[in-house]
Amino acid sequence: MDEKKLAIVATKGTLDWGYPPFILASTAAALGYSVEIFFTFYGLQLLKKDLGHLRVSPLGNPAMPMPVPMPNLMMILPGMEGMATSMMKNKMKAKGVASLEELRELCVEAEVRMIACQMTVDLFEFDTADFIDGVELGGAAAFFEFAGESDITLFI
Amino acid sequence: MVQEDKLLDARGLNCPLPILRTKKALGEMSAGQILKVVATDPGAVKDFEAFSKQTKNPLLDQAEAGGEFIFFIQKA
Repeated sequence: MDEKKLAIVATKGTLDWGYPPFILASTAAALGYSVEIFFTFYGLQLLKKDLGHLRVSPLGNPAMPMPVPMPNLMMILPGMEGMATSMMKNKMKAKGVASLEELRELCVEAEVRMIACQMTVDLFEFDTADFIDGVELGGAAAFFEFAGESDITLFI
Repeated sequence: MVQEDKLLDARGLNCPLPILRTKKALGEMSAGQILKVVATDPGAVKDFEAFSKQTKNPLLDQAEAGGEFIFFIQKA
């Protein structure tokens, strides 16, 4: 059977932007796609065993819904980022949204291939021992080997 | 109404969990068996139709009652 393929480039390492790659990858895998995610730059944060360090910042993000409207400049105040992060986590839990760890685990179970960009791992001095098991290292050419024959390619 | 072989309670779960749990449940069943899924995510209606179409597991029946969405999916 000719399997459909999905290639994703994950470039962001915040709590909110960590979701799209794992949601789309796990769903595509459930639909029978063969999936590969290439993690580069800040996206590498999504590969760490513990994702408790991921945050969401309201600073410079005027579209983020707030309980009380306030000028975005105020988001520079200490504690705002922590507040936004715990608010989002609580809201997600209350609404039955999966945790990032859970979605990532579902991706691993579904044999989604995860490639960490060697250049940015070296650049930011990531320790690959901090990554979850099964992560491969590769470069742009390795990405194109899969992306070149993919039906869908997403840059997130 | 269709008689199910297995029941999946996906109430309170949000996208994409109902679909992922359904996929997993179907994986543990044999061909021809019927899975009943109960969900509360309104997005599930479109998602289950799309899931059925793409995975070729027929969606035999669906219903809505009191904010709950019920799907009967047959394992292909």
